[in-house]
Amino acid sequence: MVVRSELSDTQVDAIFHALADATRRDIVARVIEREQSVSEVAGHYAMSFAAVQKHVAVLERASLVSKERRGREQIVHARPQTIARARQLLDGYEQLWRGRIDRMQSILDEGIR
Amino acid sequence: MATITSVKDLEALTLTVTAEFEGTTVERLWQLWADREQLQRWWGPPGWPATFTRHDFRVPGTSIYFMQGPEGDRAYGWWHFLEAVEPSRLRIEDGFGDAEGNVDPQMPPPGEMIVDFEPTGSGARFSIRSQFTSLEQLQKMIEMGQEEGMTQALGQIDAILAEDAPAA
Repeated sequence: MVVRSELSDTQVDAIFHALADATRRDIVARVIEREQSVSEVAGHYAMSFAAVQKHVAVLERASLVSKERRGREQIVHARPQTIARARQLLDGYEQLWRGRIDRMQSILDEGIR
Repeated sequence: MATITSVKDLEALTLTVTAEFEGTTVERLWQLWADREQLQRWWGPPGWPATFTRHDFRVPGTSIYFMQGPEGDRAYGWWHFLEAVEPSRLRIEDGFGDAEGNVDPQMPPPGEMIVDFEPTGSGARFSIRSQFTSLEQLQKMIEMGQEEGMTQALGQIDAILAEDAPAA
């Protein structure tokens, strides 16, 4: 009955923690669009380079992004599979209710006819 | 069709789903919860119908239900009514357990849902705020029949839409 998740609870916790911050969600959105270096990412925000690096590290621990050294640059990539799984988990419960509400509506409609 | 909106709070682990129905009343929406037969028709996803073996719709009261999968496997859950103010508010503690409504210590701790019913200009709406105690619990709630039901659910929603079209 229970469908096993590909992620452990610890991983899921890391994902939720990572995505609970607006800056980190924004970073994820940027690197999904296009891979970019840490310094390029940092250029979008008013905070220090070190602070942005910390955010990237949190995302990396949650497997939402990965880093790759290319010459003197650290390139940040999105990890779409993990992102997809996190979104799926969040949306799953909402979908469950949407299904229930649709079924309620069809029960209500029976009374009208 | 019902108009559905939702708000998720990742840090507080809450999901609020609001559903607005046209041409109905809060009393009618309340019946969807209070009446066992109606409740059974919407609680479980397609392929995982819900059977409420007990539905003691009052405070303090307990409901016990199971959802049965396509292979005959059953998942049991229970509700404890913390508030039932007809026809405006429900507060329900919901957890996993066995056929007698005993709490399963192996399963994640129970969560809570608060349902507020309100009249609108042209009908009525309710909002459901689900508070999860842990991610493990949230994941379990989703897993209870959800994933296997999804594909079928999409097909069924289409069928209902097609059915409703001439009546609207």
